[in-house]
Amino acid sequence: MDKTFDWFAARGVTLARTGSDREYAGAVSGIDGVELVLLSAGEIPRELDAGRIHLGVTGSDLVREKLPNWDDAVTELEPMGFGHADLILAVPRCWVDVDTVSDLDAAAAGFRAEHGFRLRIATKYHRLIREYLKREGVADYQLVDSQGATEGTVKNLTAEAIADITSTGETLRANHLKILSDGVVHRSQATLFKSRRAPWSDGERATLAALTARLERQAG
Amino acid sequence: MSQSDLLAEAGAARALLAHFTARGASAVEPGILMPADTLIDLYGEDLRARAYTCADSLRDAQMLRPDFTVGVAQAHIASGAESGRYAYAGPVFRQQDADPGRPSEYQQAGLEIFGGADPHLAEAEVFAAMVEITSPLGLRAVFGDIGLLTAAIDGLSTSAPRKAALLRHIWRPRRFRALLDRFAGRKTPPAARARLLENLENGADVFASAGPQIGLRSRAEISARIDRLQADAAEPPISERDVVLLEQLLALRDTAPAAAEQLRDIAVDLPAIAPAVARFTARLDALAQHGIDLASLEFEASYGRTTLEYYDGFVFGLTVPGRPDLPAVVTGGRYDALTRVLGGGAPCPAVGAAIRVQVGRDLAAERGVQWP
Repeated sequence: MDKTFDWFAARGVTLARTGSDREYAGAVSGIDGVELVLLSAGEIPRELDAGRIHLGVTGSDLVREKLPNWDDAVTELEPMGFGHADLILAVPRCWVDVDTVSDLDAAAAGFRAEHGFRLRIATKYHRLIREYLKREGVADYQLVDSQGATEGTVKNLTAEAIADITSTGETLRANHLKILSDGVVHRSQATLFKSRRAPWSDGERATLAALTARLERQAG
Repeated sequence: MSQSDLLAEAGAARALLAHFTARGASAVEPGILMPADTLIDLYGEDLRARAYTCADSLRDAQMLRPDFTVGVAQAHIASGAESGRYAYAGPVFRQQDADPGRPSEYQQAGLEIFGGADPHLAEAEVFAAMVEITSPLGLRAVFGDIGLLTAAIDGLSTSAPRKAALLRHIWRPRRFRALLDRFAGRKTPPAARARLLENLENGADVFASAGPQIGLRSRAEISARIDRLQADAAEPPISERDVVLLEQLLALRDTAPAAAEQLRDIAVDLPAIAPAVARFTARLDALAQHGIDLASLEFEASYGRTTLEYYDGFVFGLTVPGRPDLPAVVTGGRYDALTRVLGGGAPCPAVGAAIRVQVGRDLAAERGVQWP
């Protein structure tokens, strides 16, 4: 949130919290007709899709994961240059025979034949990973849901591979995992999105034009 | 959709069911809830994006049936009967993320035949029944034959693991292409693979800096794959001539009689497909016996490669000419591999087809004809 506030401040729009620092309320100055709503990053895609908010700042990964046909629901106005994280596929480092998604596919075939069930990939990014593996033509896998501590699932024998967000790779290394060399599924960053589903009155359009002019002036 | 529309669609599905039972099929009604694990294991993870999964507080997750095939096949296998001929009608449920305009609950009616002495007659019977019942709709018939592709791959002069890898990816054309390019030496293996093989060559311990052994995939499995990679590196490329023949086969599209002619030509250079071509011809004879006009029947060798993974032989669709936006009114084919898995390894020849009832009704309304 602080980085979002800084990003807008650098463009002459001041966002601030009001009330106590535990209260989710905010105020906007420097531009008229904009109201600030503080929401969890994970809920912003849904709110944009429902058209209950006109603009939203959240991770590009969350929008792609939570919204089917996300580009029908929202447009990306500005990548904001922070909150960088990659959604990656990782396997145990001891799999010295596996370096690419193609190797993972071959390992999955062998694994299923040996163990009688599909190779398990732990993740909370079901849509992004499923679409990626479909595009890549990977077979004989299944996704198992993991909402946290995903890097531990391989050692705990609840998955054979993982797909998760990483920024430095530190946690992966500590858990004896390695990223597939072509296993970057999405490079995510904080992004300003515009809802295509929200009703846009003339006044709201004018406000958006004023805001985007401000953002572009800075970019130029 | 309004209540009366849903009733009319369900009524049409029941009428189709009555049509098939009047011609000797037994009516079956598999349950709507099916164990999600069974379906995912059979169809793969992609199904989860298309089917509705429901939590169950007592049992494992359930799915709303995405089609009837598995339920009907399970009922047949459980009956212990040698052969059977079944018809069904009712709602199926699909999420339509990719195509929000399509309904996610709709009626299917269909026919499935198990066992029987002559597989081609069973195929021809299902196909002819579908052509007959949809004849007022003016559909275009197109078919493929996955058996030709498997025979062609089996006939390549290359190692068994390479054939197995290609066979496994018939239904994923992009991966198939990438594998074929690599096996044909058109593409070099990735750098990491080359490095691994070089280290092995030099007698290095490739596990030395690989960290502890974690997870269910054992050191023995990893070593076995390394052995396969080494063996594969020593394997000569698939010849350009074989690759060209395979590509020629995959690209074949023509009317049924002309396709048969071309297949016989390809079989001269690729004798391994000769038995599959003979089966292809026998099937055409069976279709002709059932009154099908072969000259208007279109063959596409790659038909069924992208969407219909469980069909592993004859595969067909009855589609709406000039309307690629509409799904096929009828899709069907042979799915022996699926029944083998459901039957715990026991073979059970199976062929069937399903009708998307509402697509047919809409078309009938557009053309001003009575259907079904």
